[in-house]
Amino acid sequence: MTGRRVVIGVGNDLRRDDGFGPAVVERLRGDGVLSAAGVTLAVTDGEPSRLIDLWAGAEVAVVVDAVRSPADPAGHCYELGYDEVVGPVGAAASSHGVGLGSTIELAQALHRLPRLLVVLAAAGRDFGFGPGLSPEVAVAVAPVAARAAEVVT
Amino acid sequence: MTHRSDRTLDVRALARVEGEGAMHVRVRGGSVETVRLEIYEPPRFFEAFLRGRRYTEPPDITARICGICPVAYQMSACAAIEDACGVVVDGAIADLRRLLYCGEWIESHVLHIYLLHAPDFLGYPSAIDLARDHRDLVERGLALKKAGNDVMELIGGRAIHPVNVRVGGFYRAPTRQDIRALGEKLRVALDQALDTARWVAGFDFPDFHHDHEMLALTEPGRYAIERGTVVTTGGLAFPVTAFEEHVIEEHVAHSTALHAHLAGRGRYLTGPAARYTLNRAWLSPLSRQIADEVGLGVRCDNPYQSILVRAVEVVYAVEEALRLIEAYEPPAPPHVDVPPRAGMGFGATEAPRGVLFHRYGVDADGLITSARIVPPTSQNQASIEDDLRRFVADRLDLPDDQLTHQCEQAIRNYDPCISCATHFLDLTVDRS
Repeated sequence: MTGRRVVIGVGNDLRRDDGFGPAVVERLRGDGVLSAAGVTLAVTDGEPSRLIDLWAGAEVAVVVDAVRSPADPAGHCYELGYDEVVGPVGAAASSHGVGLGSTIELAQALHRLPRLLVVLAAAGRDFGFGPGLSPEVAVAVAPVAARAAEVVT
Repeated sequence: MTHRSDRTLDVRALARVEGEGAMHVRVRGGSVETVRLEIYEPPRFFEAFLRGRRYTEPPDITARICGICPVAYQMSACAAIEDACGVVVDGAIADLRRLLYCGEWIESHVLHIYLLHAPDFLGYPSAIDLARDHRDLVERGLALKKAGNDVMELIGGRAIHPVNVRVGGFYRAPTRQDIRALGEKLRVALDQALDTARWVAGFDFPDFHHDHEMLALTEPGRYAIERGTVVTTGGLAFPVTAFEEHVIEEHVAHSTALHAHLAGRGRYLTGPAARYTLNRAWLSPLSRQIADEVGLGVRCDNPYQSILVRAVEVVYAVEEALRLIEAYEPPAPPHVDVPPRAGMGFGATEAPRGVLFHRYGVDADGLITSARIVPPTSQNQASIEDDLRRFVADRLDLPDDQLTHQCEQAIRNYDPCISCATHFLDLTVDRS
């Protein structure tokens, strides 16, 4: 695969399961394989302009995030195309609270989406204060890291 | 629905402000009875859990209070700790701190101008809608913001919650080669900043003025950013060490943020408009020239025109960054030693949203015995509520949805950072 490739972990590792994206990127960094292959591994808080900067111009971008999903058990994994993530702009759209869907819409309007954007996510249970993932969510780190590696290689 | 004498407006989650909060307006007998900004983000107890930590830790811990202005927290923390330990950091290290801070001003101000505030003036519900019609404008904003990000990444180690800042200076100083490359990006950014100021100058600004006392740091000879003494438009002047004698914080029932007022004087305002009004003389010639060109007078008391001030401050920050880059010599070592000693230290810097005060008590072993943090938004909350009270009183004939929308715009003028203040937005207008 030619062109820039990037795996982006979105979240805050001091808000429990919100640290899922950063944990997946940390695991990939530890493996060293993707870095050696020239894949950019990045962590961000989800602020839209930073996220767009990270994936703009890329051939492939994988975004790893945690989601709230009352319908599914904690640790349940999802793989979504960007068109499945775009949703209505929430009323509470602050720069701290802009969702991934709104950021993708902004990137679309600016023609700054990567050629391929895949979102890998896991359902979180605890988004409270402090480090560390819930056990069910921690179990999802390895398979999601492996899937992210497959997508970008 | 537009002429009821009793009504309630509720905004349960304010849009395009930093953090989570709500607004409640209660109208009785055709008069505004109460206006409350309700900050409901849970308090985060930073001051409590700093106690007992090492005196070297506040820069990294307090940076986590905000993802938009972490450098402000780091710089105020360093200033206070160094004050407690009797160390003055000056010269090339202080210059590098100012350069890092310029990066944060650029990033934070440009984010607010393009993604949060401009859609209000241009009639768009969001930056996404603005981008669909004016892609080139939003692209320019993102490019300019990126220049700020680049400063943060190079000097701070990363754009969010920088890791290269320590008490006494930095862990590592960038090379002259790295800094020169940054200069190339900032020269492009200066043109984008000037174009931004001229663009926002074309917006329509409602004729609304306040009479709040304004408060800012000042530093003769240059526009205060990372240090200074406190001055107000009412003639008060005091050192940062006396901040708590003059600024009184108190709990209010409807907010997890404290409200601040000036002792014996009342509400006041800090932030870009206050900085500009009190420090215009210390802007660079080009920044003053662009301020004149965009229509700012010698003071700014129209909160809608805060977007003009932010744009002028972006020009200043880019210019100042270029000046610092031109003169850059890597400090060696990149920090000064700050041995612990028992004492109390005070620090204040100009965060993008206004004065950010820190105070720490440190014991002889270097453990923190007390901590106090006064962020800009909690200082401004009473003034924002007062503005809204007058604003709503003049617009009671508007239907609820329009009044609600205009109130949200009025709040965004202040770029409140609720996350920092939580210690913010939902709108309720109660006319029943």
